[in-house]
Amino acid sequence: MARMGVFRDLAGNRIVHTVRADATAKPSRPQRMLEISHLSRRFGAARAVDRVSLRLPAGCIAGLIGPNGAGKTTLFNLIAGSLRPSEGRIRFLGRDISRAPAHRRLAAGLGRTFQIPRPFAAMTVLENVLLAAQGQPGERPFANWLSPARVAAAERRNIDRAREIIDFLALGRLAGAPAATLSGGQRKLLELARVLMAAPRLILLDEPAAGVNPTLLEVIIARIRDLHAGGVSFLIVEHNLDLVGRLCSEVHVMAGGRMLVSGTPGAVTRDPRVIEAYLGGGA
Amino acid sequence: MTGLLSYLCFFATVALSYGVATLGLNLQWGSAGLFNVGVAGFAGVGAYAAAWITAAPAAAHWGGFAAPIALGWLGAMLAAALVAAVIGAVTLRLRADYLAITTFGAAVTLQLLALDLTALTGGPFGIAFIPKPFEALADRPLAFGAANLALAAAVTAAAFLALERLTQSPWGRVLRALREDEAAAASLGKAPARFRLQAFVIGAALIGLSGAMQAQFFGFIAPDNYLPVFTFQVWVMLVVGGAGNNRGALLGAVAVWALWTLSGTALALLLPGFWQARGAALRVVAIGVVLAATLLARPRGLIGERATVSRHVAQAGG
Repeated sequence: MARMGVFRDLAGNRIVHTVRADATAKPSRPQRMLEISHLSRRFGAARAVDRVSLRLPAGCIAGLIGPNGAGKTTLFNLIAGSLRPSEGRIRFLGRDISRAPAHRRLAAGLGRTFQIPRPFAAMTVLENVLLAAQGQPGERPFANWLSPARVAAAERRNIDRAREIIDFLALGRLAGAPAATLSGGQRKLLELARVLMAAPRLILLDEPAAGVNPTLLEVIIARIRDLHAGGVSFLIVEHNLDLVGRLCSEVHVMAGGRMLVSGTPGAVTRDPRVIEAYLGGGA
Repeated sequence: MTGLLSYLCFFATVALSYGVATLGLNLQWGSAGLFNVGVAGFAGVGAYAAAWITAAPAAAHWGGFAAPIALGWLGAMLAAALVAAVIGAVTLRLRADYLAITTFGAAVTLQLLALDLTALTGGPFGIAFIPKPFEALADRPLAFGAANLALAAAVTAAAFLALERLTQSPWGRVLRALREDEAAAASLGKAPARFRLQAFVIGAALIGLSGAMQAQFFGFIAPDNYLPVFTFQVWVMLVVGGAGNNRGALLGAVAVWALWTLSGTALALLLPGFWQARGAALRVVAIGVVLAATLLARPRGLIGERATVSRHVAQAGG
């Protein structure tokens, strides 16, 4: 079963984004998308993330903020699977994924982008996006020899979908260009395009606004809203509090490896503990 | 004239059999970035497997099932793939340098096993009387040589086309992504170890097939054929031809095999008899010089890697 979100791109064309809805929630209560309990990660004696708990409901756009060194990126890497927790658990859509390797998490519906975009520079934009499609028959070596028609059909479907996503993110003209030629902001869009190709339920965005010019930033914000309307949830690490205030329904503040405060953007930015953490040099 | 022509046929047949090994190594190194320093070991496994399966029963060694050659080559590929699967499953999860150490060690071990497990392998004397393809034509040297060359060319072409299809497939795309940025590829749901293991095993199967082809074309194998210098030869073929390009791999195999053969002939003509055994080492030196010159003048090889695009994307006009 899949849910379809319909929205429009910059030129006003209809865009369909499909959200896989495996392990769907009971409609009676809001589903917990991500549930982190007492999660810690030690590097030697230091606890970069210290007994952090966090719950994200389905359909949220949540912000994760905090001064430098607060442990945001470490927490991100723990959720995305590029680091293993020292203690604690991560549940995603009801499944324990604490120890699942990074490459399993996207298939489960949990996607991430990198703070510094990591495009495959030698590949075209289109191929970068195509790569991210899940369950491709052509990724089995023997299928390419034994059932080439099936591989080609799947590839054609994926190319169509990848072009839709590339158009949706205003990269249409660049589909055939090597990713190496993209600007910093365009690379951010490509990161988002790639992860969208996998039709995730929750996307972890690591500083989507950093190094992006204001015009492109408006595109990114508009697209996050569109995707959210289409059923995708977000957890966003961001220093740009303006962006956080405009997008997020809830904000979680970390300092010194711990979760300090959670609440609405307005309440959190007025909280004296948050001001102290930012101005007082942290914990 | 007939003698020269049938010699040229034999030369090209052997060169193509090296070409199949170079294609296999190109999949491992050129596409997947796997540093296999045990090419000789996989070729040896293929050669002995083919010999056991196809030779007539003999007291000097194990096997001798006198099965058809096609079956022997299939068995050679499976045997080499199996050895690669075991080595790969253990080492491909570790850092890249461990694969180099392990493959080198495995190849040396396999060569020593071939030398010492006399009851199985015939020991230092190897296995003789391995049936040659088209033996019925053996009394007509030119027809015999041409038939063998046609067979080698057909097998090489099949391997080439199969690999071209694979490198231009979604599978090949994942390998290119893994080579560029493993963490990014993993974040997009690609299991690095799985794709590397597949590339390693398929490449090893081709190297095993190459060993089997040589066993069959020469009709004789011995442990000395599978010393590290074999690995060195195949590596030079790939680097000179152009790693990451299947055409380059084949071109390099033919060019380096020509150089190897010519330098052997030249040494035989130029050196007095007493020095000839020692002079053979100069061939390795000559190949080394060519390798160094290639790396200086054309670091990407005669035909370097080209930007590969999935054939489906190319068809769609992307």
